[in-house]
Amino acid sequence: MAHGVKHDYHIINPSPWPLLGSASAVCWGLGLVMWLQGLFGFEKGSWWLFAVGMTGILLTMVFWWRDVIKESRAGDHTPVVQIGLRYGMIMFIASEVMFFVAWFWIFFEMALFNTHRAGDHSAIEEVRRAWSTWPPHGVETIDPWHLPLLNTLLLLTSGTTATWAHHAMTEGDREGVKWGLVLTIILGALFTAVQAYEYYELIHHNEFFNDAAANSGLYGSSFFMATGFHGFHVLIGTIFLIICLLRLLAGHFSPQKHFGFESAAWYWHFVDVVWLFLFAFVYVVFGGAPH
Amino acid sequence: MATVAASHDHHHDDHDHKPGFFDRWIFTTNHKDIGTLYLGFAIMAGLVGGALSGFIRWELYEPGLQIFAKGSMLDAMGLFDLTNPAAQKHAYNSFVTAHAVIMIFFMVMPAMIGGFGNWFVPIMIGSPDMAFPRLNNISFWLLIASWILLCVSIFTPSGPGAGQNGFGGGWTMYPPMSTHAGSPGQAFDLVILSFHLSGASSILGAINFITTIFNMRAPGMTLHRMPLFAWSVLVTAFLLLLSLPVFAGAITMLLTDRNFNTSFFQAAGGGDPVMYQHLFWFFGHPEVYILILPGFGIISHIVSTFSKKPIFGYLAMAYAMVAIGVVGFVVWAHHMYTVGMSFDLRAYFVLATMVIAVPTGVKVFSWIATMWGGSITFSVPMQWAIGFIFLFTVGGVTGVVLSNAPIDYSLHDTYYVVAHFHYVLSLGAVFSIFAGFYYWYEKMFGIKYNAFLGTAHFWVMFVGVNLVFFPQHFLGLQGMPRRYVDYPTGFTYWNQVSTWGYAITLVGVLIFLVMLVESIVRRRPAEANPWGEGATTLEWTLSSPPPYHQFSELPVIKEDDHH
Repeated sequence: MAHGVKHDYHIINPSPWPLLGSASAVCWGLGLVMWLQGLFGFEKGSWWLFAVGMTGILLTMVFWWRDVIKESRAGDHTPVVQIGLRYGMIMFIASEVMFFVAWFWIFFEMALFNTHRAGDHSAIEEVRRAWSTWPPHGVETIDPWHLPLLNTLLLLTSGTTATWAHHAMTEGDREGVKWGLVLTIILGALFTAVQAYEYYELIHHNEFFNDAAANSGLYGSSFFMATGFHGFHVLIGTIFLIICLLRLLAGHFSPQKHFGFESAAWYWHFVDVVWLFLFAFVYVVFGGAPH
Repeated sequence: MATVAASHDHHHDDHDHKPGFFDRWIFTTNHKDIGTLYLGFAIMAGLVGGALSGFIRWELYEPGLQIFAKGSMLDAMGLFDLTNPAAQKHAYNSFVTAHAVIMIFFMVMPAMIGGFGNWFVPIMIGSPDMAFPRLNNISFWLLIASWILLCVSIFTPSGPGAGQNGFGGGWTMYPPMSTHAGSPGQAFDLVILSFHLSGASSILGAINFITTIFNMRAPGMTLHRMPLFAWSVLVTAFLLLLSLPVFAGAITMLLTDRNFNTSFFQAAGGGDPVMYQHLFWFFGHPEVYILILPGFGIISHIVSTFSKKPIFGYLAMAYAMVAIGVVGFVVWAHHMYTVGMSFDLRAYFVLATMVIAVPTGVKVFSWIATMWGGSITFSVPMQWAIGFIFLFTVGGVTGVVLSNAPIDYSLHDTYYVVAHFHYVLSLGAVFSIFAGFYYWYEKMFGIKYNAFLGTAHFWVMFVGVNLVFFPQHFLGLQGMPRRYVDYPTGFTYWNQVSTWGYAITLVGVLIFLVMLVESIVRRRPAEANPWGEGATTLEWTLSSPPPYHQFSELPVIKEDDHH
């Protein structure tokens, strides 16, 4: 920018995308309420404003990140700016972790504190009793050692292929990066497909919303929202990896400078770890007896 | 604080051209302009929130319904349905809710973190701007988006009865008031999405501040030489980063409970409304430290500047804030003593809560020790800072009273609690905002204010807010509950004193506005450092206002005879 600048920080030019994003967020918020409940005299189910908002948000992302890539290619991302981007990505993932804490918290709360506690027993005995009555009678849970185990293996393998791609990247092996990424994306897509099939089966058989079970509503709520938000993050991560593959093919990455790819890999590992917790606790430890 | 090598005095003011209007104020990526936008927005929101509290105090001047009633002035405005008693009471509750939400999320947070944080954290650490200037811009505009959704919600049906607009369940939004049964209308869905947007805004801002402070400190500006305001914003940013996502999860559960047939908080489906309170207060308690910590930082600078002494116990002051932040994450259930937690749990939360008084005491005593033996100038910001220390301590002491579960059993949801949190927030946090405003006004805008008006503002406000809130301790001890539009006649006297206090406070706010107008009309140019040798942080080495892009050549921090 201005001459006389003697530092390596990135002073960014004014940008219209934040305003576009925020205006779209208003449409998204009003539109979602309009869609779900009706608003401003529009009937419930009017989804057009929500669609406008979502389109605007997606366009904002495209334009914004296109600018970031342009700036990166123009050499604005000096070493110190790259360190800043790393901090930023780590903080973003930390906030995502805390978001999942909310869903795990309510899951553990209902699994371990679902009974009335009169204080007649020790705390450990109280937890044991609550645990033994969870999931509630009548809820047919999923056998963790079938589809969930397959999904665990798919995601763990995809973590391996992502690391393969990363190592290939630092060693300048572009073919290795390409195939590592392609495999990671395929495994991620397979995970999503298996999860979709599992959801289809669950909803089709209505196992979690069985009226005979008093607490089944809560079990289903927690199960679907926790695994659902994880699945949503898998989708985001897969898109992130696809963008990285396209950028790789366009020649954007070098063995020295490839933070876009690295952050996608970090994100993918984060999604992987969340799944391991889901698998361990939601499916195995608190899954009840398999049927 | 840290002294600066005199090598960077040429700020290229000749080339200080600013972009055109849209680029400068709408599409801006400049931390100082974004800070100014935040401050302007906070003043506007503060006036709206203050007006809402005016209707509340006016209504509570007498028992019975006067303002939230047919034929009143509020009714004549035609914005609110006051045709039936249920709608009148609901309107009062929705005013209380909107007052809280606006003051917390749209006044204090934008002023302290968005306003002063954006303006001065980069300058104090010797950085040309924030780490992510474009993200900084969307943090501001997402706040406006959130504000729009909130404002729409106030005029949107909430229910359950006819004509009941705007969510009235309080800023804590407990189910079942926030379930579909309690508030079937669209208003609360809009409030949820409004919070999602302001939460996103704050998380992005927190990421920005943490990255800026960790990555962009000038050469020699180690963390242990960093000014305390930057420390306070760093701790605040971590609280935001780690607590807001949990809140986002909790309100997402409310949203799906209302719209997608989940039953997280619905007892009929096996859900647990108390669980919402846990999730909410896991955010809500760090949130109250988010509101006050930047104020601690501001006060430390002012007390040090006007005592012409480095701050007493600099490292202890910094780590006291870290300690308050860390312990603040494990005390949340002291807001929930009456929900039926086990004895052991309550005992733990009493103890943990009282522990927070220790680092807070470190702060208060260190401010006093800084003044001790100092050459004190009673300038306008110093008056506000001393007022802050006094009022915040009153609120802190009643906080220790309330931390006792057995006492809280009696005082929970009474005006004693209202008095307590207004002493730490509307007297503590707001006084620190005004202190910072008078401390940095000339630096930010390059014009001097009239010190007499600033002093008058302080004294009128000081008398006014004390008169509003001190009698509320008495009302609470007598058992007057919060969030009711009416009360038995026995509570009339102190309620009237409280309302007169509001009238005096209102005069104080008017003096503030006169002060602003006077300084803008007269345009007396400000000096680079009006406060003399006591003002040692980097912002005082720059011109007033600072150049559009400061520190094109980074300052080098040499000595460490800081603070």
